[in-house]
Formats: sequence, C-alpha cells, structure tokens
Amino acid sequence: MSTTQERTVPSICESFGNERSRMMDIVLEVQDKLGCVDAETIDAIAAATDAPRVDVESVVSFYSFTSQKPKGKVVIRLSSDVPDIMAGALDVARGLEEELGIRFGETTPDGMFTLEWTSCIGMSDQAPAALVNGLVMPSLGPGTARRGVQILRERNNLEDLQGTLIREYGDGENSHDLVRAAVRNNIRRPGKVIFGRMESGAGLIKALAMSPAEVIRGIKTARLRGRGGAGFPTGMKWEFTRAAGGDDRTLICNADEGEPGTFKDRVILTERPDLLFEGMTIAGYAIGAKIGLLYLRAEYSYLREYLEHVLERRREQRLLGSRVCGKEGFEFDIRIQMGAGAYICGEETALISSCEGLRGDPKNRPPFPAQHGYLGTPTSVNNVETLCCVAPILEMGPGWFSSIGSAGSTGTKLLSISGDCMRRGVYEVPFGTTLREVFEMCGASEPAAVQVGGPSGQMVGPDDYAREICFDDLATGGSLMIFGPRRNLLEIASQFMEFFIEESCGYCTPCRVGNVLLKERLDKILAGLGEKSDLEYLQKLATTIKTTSRCGLGQTSANPVLSTIENFKMLYERLLKEPEEGRQRSFDIQTALSQAQDLTGRESVHFKQG
Amino acid sequence: MAKPKVATTSLCGCFGCHMSLLDIDERILELVQLIDFDRSPINDIKSIEGPVDIGLIEGGCCNEENVKVLQDFRKHCKILISVGDCAINGGIPAMRNMVPLEECYEEAFLNGPTVVNPSGKVPDDEEIPLLLDQVYPCHEVVKVDYHLPGCPPSADTLWEALTALLTDRPVELSYELVKYD
Repeated sequence: MSTTQERTVPSICESFGNERSRMMDIVLEVQDKLGCVDAETIDAIAAATDAPRVDVESVVSFYSFTSQKPKGKVVIRLSSDVPDIMAGALDVARGLEEELGIRFGETTPDGMFTLEWTSCIGMSDQAPAALVNGLVMPSLGPGTARRGVQILRERNNLEDLQGTLIREYGDGENSHDLVRAAVRNNIRRPGKVIFGRMESGAGLIKALAMSPAEVIRGIKTARLRGRGGAGFPTGMKWEFTRAAGGDDRTLICNADEGEPGTFKDRVILTERPDLLFEGMTIAGYAIGAKIGLLYLRAEYSYLREYLEHVLERRREQRLLGSRVCGKEGFEFDIRIQMGAGAYICGEETALISSCEGLRGDPKNRPPFPAQHGYLGTPTSVNNVETLCCVAPILEMGPGWFSSIGSAGSTGTKLLSISGDCMRRGVYEVPFGTTLREVFEMCGASEPAAVQVGGPSGQMVGPDDYAREICFDDLATGGSLMIFGPRRNLLEIASQFMEFFIEESCGYCTPCRVGNVLLKERLDKILAGLGEKSDLEYLQKLATTIKTTSRCGLGQTSANPVLSTIENFKMLYERLLKEPEEGRQRSFDIQTALSQAQDLTGRESVHFKQG
Repeated sequence: MAKPKVATTSLCGCFGCHMSLLDIDERILELVQLIDFDRSPINDIKSIEGPVDIGLIEGGCCNEENVKVLQDFRKHCKILISVGDCAINGGIPAMRNMVPLEECYEEAFLNGPTVVNPSGKVPDDEEIPLLLDQVYPCHEVVKVDYHLPGCPPSADTLWEALTALLTDRPVELSYELVKYD
C-alpha cells in the first residue's frame, strides 16, 4: 500500500466516525480519491471500522459506481435506456469506441478513459446522454462525443468540457453556480401542486401550529397516496411509523429515481428543493423523527453541492436544526446519503440496507420499515414527489388538494414523457388524465404503443388509450415512453429484460436466473426461430418469476414479456412457425458443423450445404 | 392387435443406460410380451423402420451422425425419451465444450501421447463423422417428450416408466427412483 493510501483511508474512515453504517460514504469517497477500492484498501477500511472484511467487499462489489480494479481517470458512462437507444446511443457508442480504440467495458492502455454502459441516468428527455465522471452530457451525437474525447485528451481536464463542448448551461437552476449543468428542465406543463405555485414556506408554519396527529389527519383527509408507483396512503404510513415504539424514528426521502424513463425528481430537485425539504420537515414533525435522509442517486451527484447549499441556507434560516421555526422541542435535520448506481435501491427495504452501509439487498417483510427500518428505528420512506405535495396540502388545505384529480387519486401527477413525441419533458397533470389527452399535450401522433410506468410497468396499445392515469387504472411512477409505428416493440421488451438482468441483486433464483431465461427465449422468437410452445413457456416462466420472487423487482421484472403478450400477441404470432418433423428451430446444423468442416477439409456426409 | 414398437439407440453415450435396461433381468421376458423392438442394439437392427411408439435415446449429440439418427428417431417415434444424463445434459462428453474444437482434433489425431499418425493431418475419411462445435443435449436438437434422469437411470426406473407408458398409466416415479445423492 502506498503512503497516500496509508494516510487517506483511515482519515476518510475517521471523518465518518469509523461508523460501519456510513460504509457507503466511506467507500464512495475512497473510490473518488483513489480511483478504486482494491483488496488492501478493503482490509484497511475493515480494520478502521471494525467490520468484517466481507462486509466491505460486498459493498464495493455490489454497486456499479465502486470498483476493485482501477478505472480510467475519465469514466464515460453512456445510458443504455430504451429512449437513449431510440435516439441513437448506439451511434454515439460506435463513435466513442472508434475514437478511443477500445470496446465498452474496457479502459485505454494509458489509464485515461473507461467506457461503460449504464442503466437510465434520468435524462430520457434529452437522450442520448452520458455521464462523464459526475458531469452530465445530454443530447449527444457521435460527433460531439468524439470531440469531447479529443478535448479531454488534449487538455486533460474535465472542466475544459465546459465552455468548449458545453456552450451554455440549462435553464433555471441548472445554471446555478453550484450546478452548472447542460441539463434542461423541460417543464412543459406546470400544474397546481408542484410547479404551478411559488414556494412560500407557509405549509411548515401551519404544520408546526398543529399537533403531529392533526398534521397526519390533514394528509389523510387529502387522501395523499405515494407517488413512487405503489400508491400506499401516505397518512397511514406516517401513522404506523409514529405509533411504533421507541424514541428514534427516521424519515427517508427516496430520490433514487432509477425507473427507466423517469426524470421528474431530477427537475424537482433542481427547481423545487425547498418544497421538498419543507415537506420532509413536516413529515419529520408528523412522525416524530429527528433525522431525515435524502437518498440521492449517484447519477444526480451533480446536484449534491447545490442541495447541500440549500440545506445550509435552511439551517441558517432556522428551518432546520434544533427548534425548527422556534418550535420548542422540535429538532430536525436532513442529511444527504449518496447512492452508488443500483436500481434495486429504489425498493424501500433495499434503500434502507444501502443507507445502513450494506449491499442494496431487499429485506424480508414483515417487519415493515414503519416498525423496524433504518438501523432498527421505525422509518417512513417516501417518494420525492409525495413529499412535495405535503406543504401545499398544509398551506391550501386538504379540501383544495382532494378537489384536484379523480376520486380515488387526488392531486396531480408528474409525468416524465420520453420517446417518439414532439415535446419530451415533465408534465404535471391532474390524476384522471387519459393517455389520449397526454398524447395531445406532448405531440405524439398515432403512437403504436406506450410503456406506462417504466419497464416494470406495462406496455399498452391503441385499445387502451382512453384509459386514465390514476391508481385505480393505469398506476405509474410517472414514466411514459412513447413508441411510434416504426419501433419494434418486442425488441424493446427484450431491452427491458436486459435491464432487469443487469439490475437484479441476485439474491433469489427466480429473478436472477428466470429473467435470463426469459430474455433468451424472447430473443429466440425475435430471431424468427420461435414456435407456439415458446409462447406458452414464456407465459409460464414469467408467472413463476412474478409469484416467487422476493421483492418488487422480481415481482415486476417479467412485465415486459407478460404485457406485450397480453396487448400485442399478434406481434409474437407473426414470428412463430411450427417446426418440421419435431426439430428444434434454434438448432442449426450448418453452424454446428462449420468448424469441423474447416478442420478436416471435407463436407458433411449427412448434411450437404444448400 | 400388433404390439407397440420400441426403438432404442445410443448416441454419444457409453451404453451404460442400455446395460441398465438389461438389468431388468428376467422382466425382459415380460417386456417382449408387451412390445416389439424396432431398431436397437439389443436386436442389432441398424436402421429404424417405423412407425415406432416409444423411442429411447441414450447419449447427447457430439457429431453429425448423432444428429442424423436423432432426427430420424424423432421423425418416426410418437414418444421420444431422453434417457440418462448424457442425453439430458450432454454429460461427461460435454466436458469438451470448454475446449476449442481444434484442440480436440489435435489431441485425438495429432499430439495425443498414444497417437501414431505419420500423415500428420487430421483425417478426412468420410467414415469418421464430423464433430459438432459442441456436445448438445438431445432436446436442443429435437423435441423430447420425457426425460429420465440418472447415470444411468436404474433398471427399476426404466421399467416403471416404460410399463406405465405401454399400459396407459400416468408415469409416476417414486422418490427413490429419481434420487441420486
């Protein structure tokens, strides 16, 4: 171990109090400083935090933003999400490979560049996009990508991309001194709850004048439900958390927006951080938590400094800290917990594991987080958008909120719209809006299909365009990917399966193995080698995965297959053929024999070519 | 009414499964009451005449001849059964799937310690079937209706499965018959 390592590692560990539960922060900072977390470093961290070595190693190996082998000084992570592929990510990839002379997954011999694919980075409205270390490069083309590499090679400094390749920063706070990102907000339609109104801070003041039970009652009266997709009543979750025993409780805001095609939280975090923090503070007051964690996905680390700055300002304004707003006995502060590139951490129990400094493995339920969550404390995990509804409900009243939307789904929903339409971006619409109305808003003429709720949601076609976006009909975390008539929908389903294969935590077999088998069979059909029995196989296997997986990822990972079979069966049937004489269509004797024919220099006796 | 026909063959296997079939001992007398054999090493008929009611396949596919025979069986057999681990998984022969085919040929015909081959060439005689790029389990080449696991499946397993099929009973193998550890 070099002397820098010898000094760096213990001092990083110490800066986090040598706490095992801060393993994520420790490992991420070591990765940042040393470029990797190698075997010796893992030993050193284990010693400093008094953790078993395997605990450290399992964290390092689990997350895609940490690695045991050194990566290039510049890591280019190109988003492989479907909207990125549709917008030409493969051309960008080819450009990068040619320019750098390496393939994806490799590092240049001089240790300068690493090329990697990564799952959705929350920029589907400005695809194809890549992360260059922490820097977001949206709307890439092969030309810009190549030029970026040339600039980096010549000047050896990431900052130099600013001003050369990035000519201007995005709108709104994207141009803030602490953000300076080329990202655009693309707020296409502000609604009444989140983007329509200015932040006033009145919600928090009103809440603190009430008792926590009254605040919860208000949220229940407004019938606020979780915006992450599952739609659990927020007031009930808070009530359970508050009712659970013990003195310490924890509020966690889930900003691990990883569902492909979703990017609304990115815009909230950029434009409405105070609304979010105000909602978190009210939630903390309601459930009786002293600490709130904002679990921020690694892909949004470019917003971190800015968010820290907002938090600092709120502390100065006494909106956080001891005696919030002068309220005797109410102490609450917010800490940002960085993620490290794992979709599964959007699942609340996996997210809690991650916050505790562990691999992002889901936990068994019960006990539910409301009883036994973060470090054993009763914990409420809420989505960014849900928490943003809290202050407006308190300020304007539950009646105002429940008058928006539909009966079972009150308020507005943020939609992240990407794919084949004129105006991609964020739309705040009242619940109950139909898909057809959405298409009109975003300028999508005659889409062949739309993926509602990301890969884990469902793909629906024209027969369903009169359906409404709400919890009782088309429930969604907000991702809408629109596919025009020329898209190959089954190929898209296959790409979604690839995503789940990549992001499965590997804990349970149905998800780890089943998804691979599903994709194999789907690809066989796509290659024109499928037969009728393959469709039955897909359905049977998909149902098994759905019913036997341990967490939400596996329980929904077969949806791309199931929903395309349900809604686009014709597309499958067109590709299926009955085999001749009971032969497997996927077995090609010529391919199987070609090597031996070359090696022996003769033709096959039984299987003449042509 | 004519007796049902059964055909058997060993592809890339060791004949162990056939030995296990012979292990049904005196029950073979009962068996010939129940069936007639079409192609089988037992009667040395070399090509399938068909139609056949039940085909038993031992071994996976390692060469072109195996594929030819298997496709032939599938064409003529109403029910096709993969018998034993080689037919089902490729078995021991499939260990060569980790080795490039070129090295397999070199070891067998050029560099192996017992090889005497003055020509120094891989033979191109048509009597030696061409090897496939890898060893395939039977169900990857043709449709297979049943799998009887074991290395080999015991005589009782084979007997139970065959007689059940021949007498139209459901094939229900008890735990003891399919337990191998």
